[in-house]
Amino acid sequence: MKARIEITLKAGVLDPQGKAIEGALAGLGFGGVDEVRQGKLIEVTLSETDEKSARQQVEKMCDDLLANTVIENYSYELV
Amino acid sequence: MKSTVIVFPGSNCDRDMKVALEKATGSTVDMAWHGDTDLKPSDLIVLPGGFSYGDYLRPGAMAAKSPIMANVIARAKSGTPILGICNGFQVLCETGLLPGVLMRNASLRYVCRDVHVKVEQPETPFTLAYQKGAILRIPVAHHDGNYFADADQLDRLEGEDQVVVRYCNEDGNVAASANPNGSQRNIAGICDGSRRIVGMMPHPERLFESALGGCDGLGVLDSIKQAVNTAVAH
Repeated sequence: MKARIEITLKAGVLDPQGKAIEGALAGLGFGGVDEVRQGKLIEVTLSETDEKSARQQVEKMCDDLLANTVIENYSYELV
Repeated sequence: MKSTVIVFPGSNCDRDMKVALEKATGSTVDMAWHGDTDLKPSDLIVLPGGFSYGDYLRPGAMAAKSPIMANVIARAKSGTPILGICNGFQVLCETGLLPGVLMRNASLRYVCRDVHVKVEQPETPFTLAYQKGAILRIPVAHHDGNYFADADQLDRLEGEDQVVVRYCNEDGNVAASANPNGSQRNIAGICDGSRRIVGMMPHPERLFESALGGCDGLGVLDSIKQAVNTAVAH
């Protein structure tokens, strides 16, 4: 089972990298871009086959290490 | 007096800190490896600057979860003074021993130069040799020094006098133009509620004798010396 974990900056947290990408898109002539926010995608392959237990494991991984919940939100799907 | 420097893979200021601590304390300094689970008794622990674990995931994130840190956190909670410099500050924030987080510099540039900071809280084991309001010229060298906490947390820090040093200009004016990395409220260093755990982005161990180009960092070492002597006297 694979977990696709998406980590994004919370609303209101400044994202200088997103701003730089926004500027680069504008520089390439892409109009109509209101905002760019950058995040992370982490794929974790689990040996666990039970969905409930996999969810518990992934949430603990996110809380303990993968996301800093002071500034980041996470969401995930099992695929 | 026993002091310990924690060494992570990618630490690069650990030996500078060892030399500085030896000079300050007159005693040998233990170096503890991140993978160790055993930590010798120590009056003081320093988390040095560098790029632990290559700054992968987030600066300090993996170091904060390394085997030795469980011991460091336990010592911190039982009252051992802890100092985190630069990457060490990032590690302290990632462990939750200090609030907030150090994000990518607002300029997106690596900043490596002398800056000025104002000492706002001299009542910590690492700043007590300075006068309140002292202005220091001191180096910073980081890509992720942009201190962030939400407004409520920042107000709590200010209310409890937990801001230890703040970026300022040469005259001591805490101006936006003196902020090298976009830190909220020009914060360069903070302490916890007990004031025994201190994190700061500037590097006092790089400027503690005239051969290094200045002595403004010496106060941190003198503070350690005084704090330890006071603790021993009690």
